Amino acid sequence: MAKYIAQRLIVMFFILLGVLTITFVLSRALPGSPVEMMLGNHPTAEQIAVEREKLGLDKPLPIQYFNYIGDLLQGDFGNSLRTGRPVMEEVVRRVGATFELTLLAMFWVVVLGVPIGVISAARQNSVVDNVARAGSIAGTAFPVFILAMGLQLLFYGKLNWLPLQGRIDASILLDSPFERVTGFYLIDTLLAGNFVALWSAIKHLTLPVLTLVIVTLATVTRITRNMMVEVLSEEYIRTAISYGVPKWRIHYAYALKATMIPLLTVVGLTFGYLLGGAVVVEFVFDWPGLGGFVVFSIAQNDFPAVMGATLVLATTYLSINLIVDLLYHLVDPRLRVQ
Amino acid sequence: MSIQDVSLSMPSRAPSWRIKALAFACDNKLFVFGALLLLLIILAAIFAPWLAPYEPNKIVFSQKLMAPNWAHWMGTDEFGRDILSRVLYGARTSLIIGVSVTLIAMLIGIPIGLVSGYFGGRIDTLLMRVSDVFLAFPPLLLPIAITAALGSGLANAMLALAVSWFPWYARIMRGAVVRVRSETYIHAARSMGVSHFRILLRHVLPNATTPVIVQGSMDFGYTILAAASLSFIGLGAKPPMVEWGLMAAASRSQLLENPWTVLFPGVAIFVLVLAVNLVGDGLRDVLDPKKGTR
Repeated sequence: MAKYIAQRLIVMFFILLGVLTITFVLSRALPGSPVEMMLGNHPTAEQIAVEREKLGLDKPLPIQYFNYIGDLLQGDFGNSLRTGRPVMEEVVRRVGATFELTLLAMFWVVVLGVPIGVISAARQNSVVDNVARAGSIAGTAFPVFILAMGLQLLFYGKLNWLPLQGRIDASILLDSPFERVTGFYLIDTLLAGNFVALWSAIKHLTLPVLTLVIVTLATVTRITRNMMVEVLSEEYIRTAISYGVPKWRIHYAYALKATMIPLLTVVGLTFGYLLGGAVVVEFVFDWPGLGGFVVFSIAQNDFPAVMGATLVLATTYLSINLIVDLLYHLVDPRLRVQ
Repeated sequence: MSIQDVSLSMPSRAPSWRIKALAFACDNKLFVFGALLLLLIILAAIFAPWLAPYEPNKIVFSQKLMAPNWAHWMGTDEFGRDILSRVLYGARTSLIIGVSVTLIAMLIGIPIGLVSGYFGGRIDTLLMRVSDVFLAFPPLLLPIAITAALGSGLANAMLALAVSWFPWYARIMRGAVVRVRSETYIHAARSMGVSHFRILLRHVLPNATTPVIVQGSMDFGYTILAAASLSFIGLGAKPPMVEWGLMAAASRSQLLENPWTVLFPGVAIFVLVLAVNLVGDGLRDVLDPKKGTR
């Protein structure tokens, strides 16, 4: 197991290096010089030269590359062109909002998607199965932003049940502020015992989470169903049925276990979709996370900020997939023997 | 005579793909529905100049933000432009995006997968690890970063989507090639002294394309959605181009007061992607050998 973890970590290190290389190439491929963009207002050649030297842009590309990697390893993502402050600060401030959103969506996708998939497979062509299949076909065809705006229109515009956007009522932050310990408002408000703030956070989370759940649920349901259908036709399942093992036990204990590995893979991939989808969702719901920050920074031509946030999101995705990989070993004893 | 009879009457030959497709179509109404819907959208896109009641970019301020009515079936936007006409023209953009992105991604991915799968060894490891790096980004994030670097615009957005998507084709192609590589006819060709290049082109490629085509038809809808999302956040199509994602973004401030300005372009994307996905699913069922004919 230790050897396997070490192997995976090495692979991840190289992939991360590749990711850094891509972001390096992209940040040097900017149209127009980033320095000119930074200085603004038609800088003189001398000003540009000084700034280039300061940023190390006058050095050969390989040296620039090593400096870039070195800086990143020290947590230096460069300075935001807009604010002049370190990108890292902005990223750290927003990372909690994105994680709270995507992890909660992930939770609901798994909690809803897996049982629906199992029931669908167990009762093929039943009402549940047909609704689930129709839903998964429709769900994958929805543009995230239209779904998000449709939900805003319904739950804010027509019913006025839920807030339009944001993460918490601005008045709460003024009247009854709470300490930000974890960056997850659900946890922070609970820790502070501030239930008014908690309720506001829940209401603000509902629509963005719902949007992400709807667009990703389809994939998880569908894949769970397909895998379950395959496993349920295996001989050991037939044997179990003939032994009189109760159906629920066959479905949830025997069959679901066999589908765990591909399912874990799907969950890992789904997390990627959630992180990608969060960019659009955060933009629509004005959610103060990394995704919205990416869109905002692009509009401001703040390239270091875009790359910083991209790197953090990509690293998160990689780490999740590493965890998924390691979980394989816990779930599947066959892999441990190999 | 039913379809089954046709295949039975020709026992010496396997039923042709046409017959399989026909049998499949009779069984799978969703596929037929999707195909008809897609055909309708393609026709609407081709004949948009004749079908559209108004010029898609014609600004008539006196008619701005009209709710759907007999003169404007889908209403008008904040510049008084007819939404139906814009939705019809927008079909062109989305279809072109879907086809181009998928084709470019295949053009990059297929050769990589071919070489990787056929030669194996170090080349294989290198190419696949490079592909893995591209897959390490959450979907949509890499195209966003690439477009941000290249500069916003539809052409760059399409290129960015294709560059982010090619590893999937490379991987699938590689898998198919690895299976084909060990077939007897490849060994036979090799022992006859046929060059690697010729074997790849004439023998491996034709026998390994099915999974890629299946994947391509499944991804077609995704690329349309992703391109619309890029346009929506301001990285894709730019005015005066008529594009659905851009229409939704431009009318975003009208969502609560005049929802039709946002919803009609949104429904158009949904219907197109739905049609494309249904067709893709159907094609997979027909072409995927693992799935049999049904």
